[in-house]
Amino acid sequence: MSNMLNWTVTDTSPDGAMNPVLQVVDLQVSYYTDAGRATALDGVSLTLDPGEKLGLVGESGSGKSTMALAMMRMIKPPGRIEGGRVIVDGVDLTALPDEEMLKARLSKIAYIPQGAMNSLNPVTRIGAQMVDAIRAHDSAASKSDMEERCLRALESVDLKRSVFTMYAHELSGGMKQRVCIAIGILLKPKVLVADEPTSALDVVTQRQVMETIDHVQRQIGAAVILIGHDMGLMAQFVDKVAVMYTGRLMEVSAVREMFTDPKHPYAQALISSLPSLDNKGVFQGIPGLAPALLRLPSGCTFHPRCPHVMEVCKTVRPEIDPLPGGRQVACHLYSQEVAKAA
Amino acid sequence: MAELLEFRNVTKVYSRGLLSRTSTTALNNVSLRLNEGEPTILTVAGESGSGKTTLAMLLLGFITPTSGHILYKGQDISHLQGDDRMTFRREVQAVFQDPFAVFNPFYTVDHLLTVPIDRFKLAKSKSEARDKMIEALTAVGLHPQDILGRFPHQLSGGQRQRINVARALLLKPRLLVADEPVSMVDASLRASILETLRRLQRNYGVSIIYITHDLTTAYHIAKSIVVLYRGSVMEAGDVDSVIKNPQHPYTRLLIDSIPWPDINRHWGETEIKAKESELSDHGAGCKFLARCPFAMEKCQTLPPLFRLSEHQAASCYLYEQNPPIESERLSELLPV
Repeated sequence: MSNMLNWTVTDTSPDGAMNPVLQVVDLQVSYYTDAGRATALDGVSLTLDPGEKLGLVGESGSGKSTMALAMMRMIKPPGRIEGGRVIVDGVDLTALPDEEMLKARLSKIAYIPQGAMNSLNPVTRIGAQMVDAIRAHDSAASKSDMEERCLRALESVDLKRSVFTMYAHELSGGMKQRVCIAIGILLKPKVLVADEPTSALDVVTQRQVMETIDHVQRQIGAAVILIGHDMGLMAQFVDKVAVMYTGRLMEVSAVREMFTDPKHPYAQALISSLPSLDNKGVFQGIPGLAPALLRLPSGCTFHPRCPHVMEVCKTVRPEIDPLPGGRQVACHLYSQEVAKAA
Repeated sequence: MAELLEFRNVTKVYSRGLLSRTSTTALNNVSLRLNEGEPTILTVAGESGSGKTTLAMLLLGFITPTSGHILYKGQDISHLQGDDRMTFRREVQAVFQDPFAVFNPFYTVDHLLTVPIDRFKLAKSKSEARDKMIEALTAVGLHPQDILGRFPHQLSGGQRQRINVARALLLKPRLLVADEPVSMVDASLRASILETLRRLQRNYGVSIIYITHDLTTAYHIAKSIVVLYRGSVMEAGDVDSVIKNPQHPYTRLLIDSIPWPDINRHWGETEIKAKESELSDHGAGCKFLARCPFAMEKCQTLPPLFRLSEHQAASCYLYEQNPPIESERLSELLPV
């Protein structure tokens, strides 16, 4: 592992505060299609402290899943990471050679996929798939040791040890999703990326699965990025919410501030489109449509749908800038407050 | 009044195994009625394994009930033939949960729209067919130029699901079975799909059976609700009463598990008693027994529905002081 040091990035935080466990710096991903180049991630930067839970929300096509895949370096052609860095625990993943990246997956950063139903191998036992994951990283481990680690992981996600010898089709959706979580935590990664881990589950199971993630996350002290569009889940689970639109971050705020006082007009629209038990039958969608990535509007990409649109929004792209209180927003409405904060 | 759809004591049992037969009761003695002149939206709610998808499959005629009858406009749907069958197929449409599974990956998405147009002869010419497709796609909030000619893998889940709604729209159905239509779609689009469904009911007189586990959307779109658990009706009635004032312990658990987008309202105050992995199919009693915090001795026998008010009933012995109501009369509880 000593050669990993070559890609170690020295921490540059001046105040000597807690070192972030994850730094995403100016990440750019494009898909090359017949109709042209679609920029799916356009300069996304994020930092995450150890143990912190971040929610990444946005509509479909906003680049949430691309973000997850890019962090794992699992973008497949015609997609390509065009630039930027993903630094996990001091190691720049984007600079790692492929075989080192294989080692980093699961041990530094693990991915819990959307739709656990489809991510398990139907013809091998659950146990074999788990052992495989350990063996890929630690070929020296003894068989009994690997088995023991798998069984412990299954127990920590509230599954019985007998699941080890079962096949995927013998498990319910919630149990399969838990197996995926167990695989995700096998090597105690520093960052867990969960891409809509409960979107195919029903509410009671969803709650159990989220409680499981919460519990194992505390156990191994990992930071979590929860990707999804369910704001309710975000309100109940995360510490910080990042709102994405057309591959750009629009706002990053602590969960309480995001829900009580969203700043970006898109975040405001998202929050007010949530159903509640008051005003029955009022569906407040967001007017207009999310633009196609191939034909992004100029300036701020939200301007055609924005109720507060100004002249400047049509031509100048707002940068994501810090606001007082540790929030970040990419909107011209706040340019004065941003100037003050700077 | 003429009935559009009637479920008469429908039970569906799945059996498996050749030597040692095991059976699962997916739906247990369910009776329901929808009237023709009163288009309504009825929610069937429950977790996975509650029998809600079985109910949809039965109603679409994909599977036949083990006992009981399903009638469409007075005719048993398992005996429909010829033109009647074609009419049934056109008038009863479905939108399914998984927008990934319903597309054939070898065809462009146009295929999904052109097949029903050809089959039911909805258009006289290619250009008319294309206009209809464009109209339907626009109605569900898609840019037709981004959709037509694409392959399913080039589209997002939300886009694909809206194509499914567009396909159902094309056929101007009388009854739409929407099986978890928005569970895999974004919150912001959810609103527009639900709004489309409601417009369908109001403006075109389409009755909708909305199958879901998401009680918040059910609350907003539906008039009445039937809560299923393991094939049995737990609670039924007016959607406002059932959701705002749930009585059955299972309904309470469901509502308590909704992640409210409100940071002051904490999720899951009530403990979940058993993990789903520990549940076995038990005997003749209340299906919720193993998970119920109020389980009593007499729950070993199946409780009838007890009528709590004009528009609410629960199948639970906690309410045995209330008058029981036969399951055949379930529909009387459901406002339209």
